[in-house]
Amino acid sequence: MDKMVNIYIAGKQYTVPDSLTIMNAMEYAGYRHIRGCGCRAGFCGACATIYRIKGDSELRFCLACQTKVQDNMYIASLPFFPTQKQTYDIEKVKPDQTVMMELYPEIYSCIGCNACTKACPQGLPVMQYIAYAQRGEYEKCAEASFDCIACGMCSARCPAGITHPMVSLLARRLYGKYIAPESEHVDNRVDEVLRGDYDALIKELSEKPLDELKEMYNHREIEK
Amino acid sequence: MAAFEIKVDPGVYDSAMLDSIKKVEATRPSRIGAELRRMSAEEKEDVLRRFHPDYREDGFAVLRVGPNKGEKVPSELCDLLEGRSRVLGVKVDVAHPDYDTDVLIIGGGGAGASAAIEASEGGARTMIVTKLRIGDANTMMAEGGIQAADKPNDSPLIHYLDALGGGHFYNKPELLKKLVMEAPEAIQWLNKLGVMFDKDADGTMVTTHGGGTSRKRMHACADYSGAEIMRVLRDEVINRGIQIVDFTAAIELVLDDRGQCAGAVLRNMETGELRVARAKAVIIATGGAGRLHYQGFPTSNHYGATADGLILGYRAGAKLLYADTIQYHPTGVAYPEQMLGALVTEKVRSCGAQLVNVDGIAFMNPLETRDVTAASIIRECKERGKGVPTPLGSAIWLDTPMIEELGGKGTIEKRIPGMLRMYSKFGIDMRLTPILIYPTLHYQNGGLDVTDKSMTNIPGLFVAGEAAGGVHGRNRLMGNSLLDVIVFGRNAGKFASAYVPDVRLGVPTLAHVEKFQAELSAAGVKSKVESPLLLPSYTHGNPKFADTIKWGHAEL
Ligand code: SF4
Ligand code: SF4
Ligand code: FES
Repeated sequence: MDKMVNIYIAGKQYTVPDSLTIMNAMEYAGYRHIRGCGCRAGFCGACATIYRIKGDSELRFCLACQTKVQDNMYIASLPFFPTQKQTYDIEKVKPDQTVMMELYPEIYSCIGCNACTKACPQGLPVMQYIAYAQRGEYEKCAEASFDCIACGMCSARCPAGITHPMVSLLARRLYGKYIAPESEHVDNRVDEVLRGDYDALIKELSEKPLDELKEMYNHREIEK
Repeated sequence: MAAFEIKVDPGVYDSAMLDSIKKVEATRPSRIGAELRRMSAEEKEDVLRRFHPDYREDGFAVLRVGPNKGEKVPSELCDLLEGRSRVLGVKVDVAHPDYDTDVLIIGGGGAGASAAIEASEGGARTMIVTKLRIGDANTMMAEGGIQAADKPNDSPLIHYLDALGGGHFYNKPELLKKLVMEAPEAIQWLNKLGVMFDKDADGTMVTTHGGGTSRKRMHACADYSGAEIMRVLRDEVINRGIQIVDFTAAIELVLDDRGQCAGAVLRNMETGELRVARAKAVIIATGGAGRLHYQGFPTSNHYGATADGLILGYRAGAKLLYADTIQYHPTGVAYPEQMLGALVTEKVRSCGAQLVNVDGIAFMNPLETRDVTAASIIRECKERGKGVPTPLGSAIWLDTPMIEELGGKGTIEKRIPGMLRMYSKFGIDMRLTPILIYPTLHYQNGGLDVTDKSMTNIPGLFVAGEAAGGVHGRNRLMGNSLLDVIVFGRNAGKFASAYVPDVRLGVPTLAHVEKFQAELSAAGVKSKVESPLLLPSYTHGNPKFADTIKWGHAEL
């Protein structure tokens, strides 16, 4: 039998098995998620959660689907946070510092408190990637922020009102589109296909009798 | 960068598991570099027939009404297809719509977002409705990668043959042709939108094998491939100002008096308010069905994967194809139970981890197709009794420390950081100890039947992504679903926007819903649930709810 623990969902007490995640414990308690639940696997950032253990002054930040309950846990869900997403035309922006200055000027008001980094359930160096963004170092910003799941907890903590996940998303798109080396082999293959190089061949292949296709499949060469 | 630090929980594996780990470690040196035999066509046939869940008669029921009457589908899906409409007995004024658009897209995952971008590019007024948030979808969770034949030693023809054999030769040729021929362009399109693919310094894409591929054509963005693609697509949809109505489910399609698709009835997930959207074309992009938990399997799918689009389409008269074929991903988390059913990406095997039984024996080549691998794991546990006992059943080791031995220290952190992080949260360092897996309900191979223009037999009703069937035959290869959502999402968006200028809508109606209900009654079917399901219900064994909340309970 599981050990039972007491948790407090928005201040109300429930007794739940200690083997459950916060997300599952809420369901055990009778809640049915509409907001605050997406992938249930740590990828989507829907289940941002703030908690405090009774008697402990430290506020903690986590994903409800990735965190086990503990005794005396006071839980607040943060399914939505009003972040600022600026719109832009990816074809028209340039991967230099001016983009950030125009779209997200508030990043230059960072006071270096590091509250964002402490809140990040993915363990990302959030303050650092904002610094990279300030300097237009998009490759570094992209790499440091790559595992961001846009849960918004950093933004909820930021005294400067910065919307970190949107800033880093812009940096990553700039990097992916403009800065990362181009893939010639992809462009070449696209040209070949558009030129019709494979049209007759694929038609012929798709019209082969089933037995022949099976034969080909079972004896195809497999790259080591 | 300093290596990722993990606080290992010494109590996470019990003593029997630890003993078995010792055996795994003992055989590891001899397994490294050893070539594991591939199964013959006959051996594959045999293990599938005897152990794949698709072959379990008691998991299926025969449809009694509708376009696929007489065909078998998973029992849970059958209950929903034969379920009671949520608009019956409710006053819905379809003649006075709350929204009016050209292309209505139901679902905000990879296919829906790709469709929206192309439909708006084609000049159509476009709107997305999604019952959760845009991006809450299986696309977000696809870890492994995306296939495309763009390397010099590869070609769309080889890709075609791989996918055809993987699908047991049931793939619809016109769809498969499109999938492989447009794959390189899909990669190029995503790259131009700013998706960060793994590349070498000279720009060559890093590509690996997946189960059933004969060339290394799996492109990836670390092990966040789907997440990276989805967040870029979402950003692009928002940048383009495409209307998104979130936390709103489509609960029924609207047809017109000429049988054309003419919109949908929508329901606010939080307030229950009903609204009507009028549209000249509708694209169903509602994804899969993992949350129906066929045969009691856990699932890797996101919270909203309840096959809603299949129910809407079927009730309106659209045909299903291969709805009886389900993909069980061979490697779902079997332990610890907090992560039960979560996906352990196939990339773990592409990177070199072997499947090892309780005695430390690698019992199969880890790169067989998914269905064969899943069936073989079930056989190893059920028939041969060589599974590792866990509190929830028996499981198989995935020998992850091999990856570091093969690729060098740091390979796991570099190539599968998401996996490393997921396990670390529960006190397991997969670089040091192997992990326990068992098949998990992963993908709906079939779906609504479409042409190569992504249209169903109902004029104006399009389907894209996992909700459509045919392209993967009866079994999908890793990396072909991310490709599918991009290629066919775009395809549906393009053809839907090209279709709308000539459409003249007649009088909107829900008569088809009543007609379907009449057929149910005539066939003596008593609906067990209201459908579409919209969301699953879980109470995790709380005895207090045993009688009050049941699977598929009608009221939100
Ligand atoms: S960087 Fe911010 S939004 Fe991204 S995962 Fe960390 S806390 Fe969440
Ligand atoms: S929380 Fe805001 S102000 Fe503080 S370090 Fe982070 S970005 Fe700067
Ligand atoms: S539900 Fe997606 S991260 Fe928790």
